[in-house]
Amino acid sequence: MNSVILRAGTRYLATLLLLVSIFMLLRGHNEPGGGFIGGLIGATGLILYAIACGTRDARAALRVAPETLAMVGLLVALGAGLAAALFGDPLFTGQWLFIGPTEDSKGLPLSTVLVFDIGVYLAVFGSVLALVFSMEDEI
Amino acid sequence: MSAVISDPVEATPPAIAAQPGGNGVVGIVPVLFALALFFGFLSLGPEIAQGGRYFWVYEWIPSQGITLSFMVDGLSLTFGLLISGIGALVLLFSNTYLAGHPQYGRFALFLTAFMVAMLGLVLADDLILLFVFWELTTVTSYLLIGFSHEAGKSRRNALQALFVTGAGALAFLAGLILLGFAAGTTRISEITAAGTAIHAHAFYLPILVLILAGAFTKSAQVPFHFWLPNAMAAPTPVSAFLHSATMVKAGVFILARLHPSMAGTDAWLWSLTTLGAITAVFASVLALRQTDLKQSLAYTTLMALGTLTLFLGQESGYAMTAFATFLIVHSLYKAALFLVIGSVDYSAGTRDANTLGGLGRAMPITALAAIVAAMSMAGFPPFLGFIGKELKYAGALAVASEPVLVAGAVLTANSLMFAVAGIVAFKPFWRPGGALPKTPREVPWPMLAGPVILAALGALFGLNPDILERALVAPTVLSLTGSENEVKELKLWAGVNLPLVLSIATFVIGGAIYAAHRPLREALIALDAKVPSLDKGWDGFMDALKAFAALVTSAIQTGRMSHYLATTFTTIAAALGVTMIVRGIPDVRTAFDGFTWTNVALVALILVGAAETALSKSRIAAIAALGVVGIGTALIFIVFGAPDVAITQLMVEVLVVVLVAVVMLRLPPLSSQPTKFRPGHALIALAVGATVSLALLAVLTAPLDLRLTAYFEGASWTEAFGRNIVNVILVDFRALDTFGEVAVVVVAALSAVALLKTPRGGK
Repeated sequence: MNSVILRAGTRYLATLLLLVSIFMLLRGHNEPGGGFIGGLIGATGLILYAIACGTRDARAALRVAPETLAMVGLLVALGAGLAAALFGDPLFTGQWLFIGPTEDSKGLPLSTVLVFDIGVYLAVFGSVLALVFSMEDEI
Repeated sequence: MSAVISDPVEATPPAIAAQPGGNGVVGIVPVLFALALFFGFLSLGPEIAQGGRYFWVYEWIPSQGITLSFMVDGLSLTFGLLISGIGALVLLFSNTYLAGHPQYGRFALFLTAFMVAMLGLVLADDLILLFVFWELTTVTSYLLIGFSHEAGKSRRNALQALFVTGAGALAFLAGLILLGFAAGTTRISEITAAGTAIHAHAFYLPILVLILAGAFTKSAQVPFHFWLPNAMAAPTPVSAFLHSATMVKAGVFILARLHPSMAGTDAWLWSLTTLGAITAVFASVLALRQTDLKQSLAYTTLMALGTLTLFLGQESGYAMTAFATFLIVHSLYKAALFLVIGSVDYSAGTRDANTLGGLGRAMPITALAAIVAAMSMAGFPPFLGFIGKELKYAGALAVASEPVLVAGAVLTANSLMFAVAGIVAFKPFWRPGGALPKTPREVPWPMLAGPVILAALGALFGLNPDILERALVAPTVLSLTGSENEVKELKLWAGVNLPLVLSIATFVIGGAIYAAHRPLREALIALDAKVPSLDKGWDGFMDALKAFAALVTSAIQTGRMSHYLATTFTTIAAALGVTMIVRGIPDVRTAFDGFTWTNVALVALILVGAAETALSKSRIAAIAALGVVGIGTALIFIVFGAPDVAITQLMVEVLVVVLVAVVMLRLPPLSSQPTKFRPGHALIALAVGATVSLALLAVLTAPLDLRLTAYFEGASWTEAFGRNIVNVILVDFRALDTFGEVAVVVVAALSAVALLKTPRGGK
């Protein structure tokens, strides 16, 4: 679709969507959001880019093949699940680390659960993009 | 069955000038590995000869009571020595036979993997573990038979062996599970220690039938025999190893392993005796009919397996001693002869019995090994085969039920064996033959080592049978009967008795058959052409199976989306509808509180969207209207306080619109004609709408069980440090499920990409 207005707008919209997607991913544990939703929102951003500028530019902007992203996501999620075994827990048990706890807050929470959610994000993001890009290529 | 099966490896043996040890490290390491195993087993020999046993146990799946448990006793030591010893010689032989073969590394890997699987099978002390190794031998055997995979015949024969033994293995697995259930343990040593207690169990007969199905397919007993001669499509060393000395004996092995607890009933006695005797006679007649030397040997292997099965049907000490001795004798001479055939093929370029002749001068050492091995096979004194044959007659005469019949069958089979030994190992070397494709020369030493050592062992044990008796036969009989006193002495000269008379009769009849083998063979070939063959029946069966599959596929997979959708929705409506009719139409809730105009507006929005989707004349408009339906649904989620679900629904809706739009643009424009009314589709739509609505309304009448919700609400923050319950469930409580779902998403996307990238019109 060759529209100057859409292309100009897309630069900002796609960036915004990607940022929102990461925001959604990170807030997911306490507010509405999470890896699945984040992955879908992020994918929408690049699909918008692909509609405005073509899939070749979108692939170039992504730098990594979406199929690779999907597989990496799956591996990350699996790794996060397997990590529990290192601590002697059943697989996929969340492992937590709180950085800098104070009296009234637990500190910055880091966890394998977050890593798992990032894996889900990448898997969904990559899968959707792989599908949409190759369909657009076919047309 | 064709008279000559020739595969590429066999048709073009490598150049004679090949260097011994021509595959470098890949060729040598497996030989050393097998040798190390052999000497390892040998070092256990003294303890086993004293009647000891070794156990090695490791907890594998404790929740199912399955252990990685291994046991070395007389029976498994005998098999272990045969497998590793013959394995080493065969690997050494192959290294020269297939010198410079581009896929030798693969070959050596398959053969070594098979050897390890086979060792695991004979050492396993757990029924499930035994089955795992059983299937590993099936798979590696499939790979080895199909090693010359460029040839269609090889592939077909490999598949046939896989299917026949694989089908038997399914029955076998069921039998093993039943046996484990009936005995209360899967440990074989415990089952056999319990003696014949299993006879009284209600499952005894099913267990017997299922296990025999596995053993008989694996050991190629009639009527499952047809795959074994076809398996000769494998390179000759493979035939020597798998299809004479080891794998086909797995079926016999399991019968021997379970002998202490399963044997002794009429069902056991008659099934093993009958099928064993039929196989032995039938196979030795067919062995005479072949002109390809390898095929001849393949059928004599069937005869040996039949004889071994026949003896396992009995319980007498004579039969058990005969079993143990003949097991060893047969492995020694049969592997030697197979390797000799390989050498002959390598050197002379053919395996045709009618063409071969006069090789004795060119290949004196091979000829000598062949003669010694064949004398053992034919049962001449002073070779081990003679002792084996005497014991076979003694064992047959000791059969309580039908000694005359069994001894007659053994006599017939042995006489034919005598004749085949002459055809295979005497004629090609010492009688004049036709013009050979190549000028024969003696083969290099690695190819001589196998036949010479194996043949020499046959002679050594023949002259000193007490070594073999103490080291292997007595411990094996101990494994079979649980008693040390059952073993019968192995001796060359047992005095003038009935077995000796039968032996002499064997020589006379066998000599006569050998003298007349050409006309006999012609007659058999003519007869064979008239009898419908199981092998052809197999092809017919496979063709029918494929035709049926094609029929079912074309009926179900029409390739039209509307058919698939109609099928799916009809199934949904039928499943719900039938359930409601059978269980009674449930009470539905008709009164609702909390009625608001917002809800009405949302439902109206969805209805309008749905109507526009169905009635629109423009695809773009229809797609947009479909989006309205989806967004309406997302709004409902928001109204009822499920923001996560709403966002997901919204995003999915956006993506669906994009995807559908991309696809729809390829389709021709909708016709301007009014859409044809399809009563069938309308009926399906109404049925789905009605049943789903009823089901949902019925769900509302039941009080909602909030226990899970309460649990997650309570545990979400305290245990998983998250306030968004939906996400905490997804990534923590149910992380494994999520992982599975994400994996499905990725696999589905990759499959779709692969489909899209496939050029049209291609496969």
